[in-house]
Amino acid sequence: MSSVSVKNIIKTYNKGEVKAVNDTSFEVAKGELFGLIGPDGAGKTSIFRILTTLLLADSGTATVEGFDVVKDYKEIQNIVGYMPGRFSLYQDLTVEENLSFFATVFGTTIEDNYELIKDIYEQIKPFSSRRAGKLSGGMKQKLALCCALIHKPKVLFLDEPTTGVDVVSRKEFWDMLGKLKKQGITIVVSTPYMDEATLCDRIALIQNGSIMSIDTPGNIINNFPKALFAAKADNIYKLLQDLRAEAEVESCYASGEYTRFTMGHGQLTTDNVKSRLIESGHKNLVIKKIIPGIEDCFIRLMNS
Amino acid sequence: MKQLFAFIRKEFYHVFRDRRTLLILFGMPVAQILLFGFALSSEVKNIGVAILDNAHDVQTEQIISKIQSSSYFQIKKPALNYKEIENRFKEGEIKCAILFPANFGSDLYKTGGAQIQIIADASDPNTATTVTNYLNTIINNYQQELNPTARLSYQIIPEMRMLYNEDLNGSLNFIPGVIALIFMIVSTALTSVAVVREKELGTMEILLVSPFKPIMVLIAKAVPYLVLSLIDFIIILLLAVFFLNIEIQGSLVLIFAESILFIITCLSLGLLISNVTASQQTAMLISMMGMMLPTMLLTGFMFPLENMPKAFQWFSYIVPSKYYYTIIKGIMLKGLGFSYVWKETLILAGMASGLLFVALKNFKIRL
Repeated sequence: MSSVSVKNIIKTYNKGEVKAVNDTSFEVAKGELFGLIGPDGAGKTSIFRILTTLLLADSGTATVEGFDVVKDYKEIQNIVGYMPGRFSLYQDLTVEENLSFFATVFGTTIEDNYELIKDIYEQIKPFSSRRAGKLSGGMKQKLALCCALIHKPKVLFLDEPTTGVDVVSRKEFWDMLGKLKKQGITIVVSTPYMDEATLCDRIALIQNGSIMSIDTPGNIINNFPKALFAAKADNIYKLLQDLRAEAEVESCYASGEYTRFTMGHGQLTTDNVKSRLIESGHKNLVIKKIIPGIEDCFIRLMNS
Repeated sequence: MKQLFAFIRKEFYHVFRDRRTLLILFGMPVAQILLFGFALSSEVKNIGVAILDNAHDVQTEQIISKIQSSSYFQIKKPALNYKEIENRFKEGEIKCAILFPANFGSDLYKTGGAQIQIIADASDPNTATTVTNYLNTIINNYQQELNPTARLSYQIIPEMRMLYNEDLNGSLNFIPGVIALIFMIVSTALTSVAVVREKELGTMEILLVSPFKPIMVLIAKAVPYLVLSLIDFIIILLLAVFFLNIEIQGSLVLIFAESILFIITCLSLGLLISNVTASQQTAMLISMMGMMLPTMLLTGFMFPLENMPKAFQWFSYIVPSKYYYTIIKGIMLKGLGFSYVWKETLILAGMASGLLFVALKNFKIRL
């Protein structure tokens, strides 16, 4: 039995005008680290809220650990840990007060489940008498994670836990998720950062409320159907324009200092393209083949 | 139970760590009592008076000293001529002038009649009337002292008594009103803001996902403000008794019981407001404009309800503080027992349970 199951969920706002979740289905296995990857407004938060019983879907069913999100919402409240997208702890309470408050609300104590949060809590313990509002972004997220974990949930829902957090804290945060996964906790996490996707067991690429692809990050990358090239020249903007104008280039987009592109089905090779670009006056032109990342897969799926 | 206790303790942390809330909670009652008690008084006191005494005889001196000894008047430096009196009226230094003609005393004894001219600034008609009445009384008293033996053959002496407030203490009337106002602010406004704040900060999202019952959230929010309102109530009573010298006539237990009933009504109203609003500002605005104004205007403690247009009078029947005001005034000032205020109590209880029911019914367990 899967830990989280979503079947044909549809959720609209403003009386059907805005489609937030569009006929979405997916399954998360027990103990899996599952990622919802997509830009802002893709419908990630709506899915989280439906799964945590905060929102009712227009149609479709969803279960968490076998409990229906509508009928058995009370059971679900006991077994899930939820960390909303926005920092949602009491800013005027100290770190320790926040933690002990949420422990009590969930009918437990800090001591009972200290083992589970120990690794994370040790890092913020020096600040335990500081008000939560005065913590740095990374520490806030660690505290929020502690609070979501304090009652030893079976499923953990983390809505964009690393948004607005520095790179080092982001890495630490994902390390912690890896450790939690080892304890057998199912983790559903969403993120707009494509680089974090590879840290998940499986990911769903989501755009405009629809899931474009669900698989392991490796498979998604392997399924990239074409060779991907990166081009660089002195005039980046002109290069992008010229590549777009090139009939043989199938898709083309800027990524950092490089312009990435794939070739169409025609006879021409990248060498042909290269010589044409040099003819049109590009200097220091470099074209190389690269291994696609999740972001490239996402862009390709989005455009198709 | 332990959860509820932890939640209530958390609410107290919020209150005691927020200076603004503390100021509203404990600064406002004191400020209002002092304002209404000393500053905003409709009584006429310390009226500036200028005297132009052209006689300077024993009789005028006696009258002047009588006026001087009354706390209503404050005699300014004597005027020298008519022109000066007019100027000082214009400057607002005096509200009243008294003119004694030359030979006042001899006129009084020789012709058996003398005249005093009293000029009052009637741009404020109420004050002018009061001032002239006071002066009339003082002069009449003096006249009677002059010939204590002489009696009119048919004399009616009105014996007046100011019931429930023998010293005409103006504070008596507004204390119950201020109490009602404070409860409205603390119990309604602060409670609604406290619930909406959880929504605004997103903590409600976590609470709703927790096994903590939503109804308990409301109870946990209401209990601290009930306690704080009662503390405010005690502060006001202490200020009233020791600062404004008000004697509490009726039973303290009854006053407390009725106050708790009214606080519960206000709390229910606050919870109801918090259910239908999404931001702290809206909640504050609704409770301030929608609740405080009617409390100030339609309770009867500032402006008599009887003089208002019929529509306002009808509207006042749905203002809970009107009933509370009537009850507390009755118990505190007149010493009435429960048998006199049961009707109002019943209406309040009905309002409280109705509002509480709607508030609980409307509480959303989802976003």
